Amino acid sequence: MVRRRFEIRTQPGFAFLALVTFFMLYLPIAVLVVYAFNASDSITIWGGLSLHWFRVAWNNSAVQDAAWRSLIIAVFAATFATITATMAALATTRTPPYPGLTFKYAFINQPLMVPEIVTAVALLIVFSRVKVWTGYSGLGYLIAAHTAFCIPFAYLPIRARLESMDLTLERAAADLYATPWMAFKRITLPLLRPGIIAGFMLAFVISLDDVVITEFVKSGGQDTLPTYMLGQIRRTVTPEVNAIATAFLALSVILVTAFFFINRQKN
Amino acid sequence: MPKPEEAEQKRVAVEARSIVKAFGQGSNAIRALDNVSVAIRENEFFTLLGPSGCGKTTLLRLIAGFEYPTEGAILLYGDDIAGLPPFKRPVNTVFQSYALFPHLTVSENVAFGLEMLGRSKDEIKSRVAAMLKLVHMEELGNRRTDQISGGQAQRVALARALAPGPKVLLLDEPLSALDYKLRKEMQIELKRMQSETGITFIFVTHDQEEALTMSDRIAVMSKGRILQVGSPWDIYDKPADRFVADFIGETNFLTAAVVDIANSRATVRLSSGKEIPATVAEGMQPKHEATIVVRPEHARAVKKGGQLSGTVENVVYFGTDTHIHIRLEDGSPFTVRQQNARSEFCGFEIGDPAGIEIAADAAQVLRD
Repeated sequence: MVRRRFEIRTQPGFAFLALVTFFMLYLPIAVLVVYAFNASDSITIWGGLSLHWFRVAWNNSAVQDAAWRSLIIAVFAATFATITATMAALATTRTPPYPGLTFKYAFINQPLMVPEIVTAVALLIVFSRVKVWTGYSGLGYLIAAHTAFCIPFAYLPIRARLESMDLTLERAAADLYATPWMAFKRITLPLLRPGIIAGFMLAFVISLDDVVITEFVKSGGQDTLPTYMLGQIRRTVTPEVNAIATAFLALSVILVTAFFFINRQKN
Repeated sequence: MPKPEEAEQKRVAVEARSIVKAFGQGSNAIRALDNVSVAIRENEFFTLLGPSGCGKTTLLRLIAGFEYPTEGAILLYGDDIAGLPPFKRPVNTVFQSYALFPHLTVSENVAFGLEMLGRSKDEIKSRVAAMLKLVHMEELGNRRTDQISGGQAQRVALARALAPGPKVLLLDEPLSALDYKLRKEMQIELKRMQSETGITFIFVTHDQEEALTMSDRIAVMSKGRILQVGSPWDIYDKPADRFVADFIGETNFLTAAVVDIANSRATVRLSSGKEIPATVAEGMQPKHEATIVVRPEHARAVKKGGQLSGTVENVVYFGTDTHIHIRLEDGSPFTVRQQNARSEFCGFEIGDPAGIEIAADAAQVLRD
């Protein structure tokens, strides 16, 4: 008798479990998206298909304001995080391993491990002091906080890209009279570009999505889209929130899909 | 092949002086190069030959500037360049993996060095065209590097390294990734390019045949040392020590007593008691017993007579020649290679007694 290899796919109940898991994950989101197109005022009673709530959200100045702020923060935070992460990735991969390197990896990736609420409270305390000292209470705090937790997300794809890159190429550039800066500009950077773009987009999405740290750090009137939605839900909930969430979801899906395509791209 | 006196007059392009390269620290340090000195002459096709791990690539990388020596100096036309970064050295490298820039076209790859040197657009254009012509790649200048074959990539790597007109071209096992036929073609091509451009080539390989057919001179390396430097003829016919003799071609090792030694000539007594004249490797210390080598094609199997005698153990027919494996009376093996004349059988069968006639001047006394 041929002994069959153990395969998780063929175990009884596996397909069922997989289906249930996917349902649990995506059904609520599907419901949310469907009700965004609800014509009625209720988020639970279906009143026919309509783009009414998208229109309401689009014309809501508070939503516009929060969306605009979210974008500004995300653009700045993702940019700063990507630059920092690129430098960190170069510094940690373009060197022979030395004691303490692992510690540096851990240090760079720490924001992934520290509970967000801890960071949030810590930033709240520090920034409230700084606000008193400097009198400045603009978007800088949010941008700084977002940059900090975006760095590891930008770092990972860039480092992966650098590690898979042939070091001989940089050596060849140096051999052909390229100074270290020219070798970086003409060879390393162009080859690293997909990693940098992927890192930027990941950081961008992470920044857009953040609630906890933003909620703690923001000053009055500095709502981002997620904190605005959170505020709305505390009061009367209308399908407007569904509409915002749906638009948000669409944007994230587009960005993450693009991220995967860019990452898959060869050299 | 230039006569030694002529070659001696040529300028020295690259000189390594007492180079030590250690990797690691303290007692764990590994000496990749252990007091290596060598002088490579202008316009020479010079080969560093040795098994993997012998330090040949490390020496090449020290000349290129990818590594810095722990001790010693590297002189390029008399200037010490050991401390200069690679981009300040007028030498270029053809990498084993070719290392073509994947985001640039063939032409852009070839132009890279010239651009970095700040040459004018017109000069770059004509130089790139000339280089692509040299390597027979004129038609493929606009191709991406992933749209060309391995052999073509090899040519582009050569063109790219030659384009800036380096004083010395370093080639790190550039043919090892090619299949046999292409490798043979490129060996001839490389020789042609070297004579056309007049650039000094330093070629690294572990392939002894490649080294013998292409080089003006060869340095045989083992365990971080240079064992012998000489023309292919020197290296093959006058090996200095056991490693060189064994690494290059097939050979017979015999133990013999030194009867007389003077002026790089010696008379040695073989195990059979017969005395034959022999040449002596440079640096050999006079001693009573020594190892001598005789190449299989420098000896003949004979029915009667000869300086050695034994029993035929095996006869292997190779078409162009026949190998006769003989067990000598003292128990050591000896192989004779005989060219097959016409369709005649060599005349020996397994178990036959045979004498061995060693050609005049064929025996060489090794250093160690």
